[in-house]
Amino acid sequence: MARALIHMPATAKRGEVIEIRALIGHPMETGYRPGADGKLIPRDIIRKFVCRYNGEQVFGAELHQAVSANPYISFFTIATETGTLEFTWEGDQGFAQTEKMNLTVGPA
Amino acid sequence: MKRRDMLAAAGTGLAMLALVRPAFATTEEMAAAINSFTGGVKPTEDRVTFDIAQLIDNGNAVPVTIAVDSAMTAADHVSAIAIFNERNPQTDVAVFTLGPRAGKAQVSTRIRLATSQKLTAVARMSDGSYRSASVSVIVALAACIEGEAP
Repeated sequence: MARALIHMPATAKRGEVIEIRALIGHPMETGYRPGADGKLIPRDIIRKFVCRYNGEQVFGAELHQAVSANPYISFFTIATETGTLEFTWEGDQGFAQTEKMNLTVGPA
Repeated sequence: MKRRDMLAAAGTGLAMLALVRPAFATTEEMAAAINSFTGGVKPTEDRVTFDIAQLIDNGNAVPVTIAVDSAMTAADHVSAIAIFNERNPQTDVAVFTLGPRAGKAQVSTRIRLATSQKLTAVARMSDGSYRSASVSVIVALAACIEGEAP
């Protein structure tokens, strides 16, 4: 289990645009770098990131080798209703991790 | 063997060496990558803001922010934002999928840059048009330098 950090407000007004910042610990090995034995280290990167708000996808990302180690992504979404935001990272060598955050939406 | 032949052989050897060095993407490859993203539509250079430092100390983690001027309604929104580079081993950096529920067409991330080069961000709008913005940056410490084969 990699360490994931997600920063977002716990409460929001209905219709408010909230910023979500997600970071996950991952080496994002490019596959272009030789290791100590002089052989290339095989590629190991996160390919896909998805954010679902109560099951509906609100944001997605497809990542390549040019994304830095410990990929950080910040994006925005509209607070529509109280519920759960689910963050999923998927990558090479069967890497998959899901984190959940709760958001309480109050009246505007 | 004549001296001329020797030189010719050495020349071939050098060419071979040049070929086995890590391949860097080229301007044409970036244009091709953008073309495959847009499906042949030529993006117009407006409404996209590409925020990145002009002079980058460390190419291993370069913060970038891309903002698109859009109302983000169901009828008019940005559906995807892609980042391309010219001189990394690969032209693709990332593709972000957005929708009307994003509220604001702005994404930030941290990327790797192999050398001083040009970057392009392309936004796919819901009406099928494409907008872009390009920046040229100078990279002092390059990412991927340890990637050169011994």
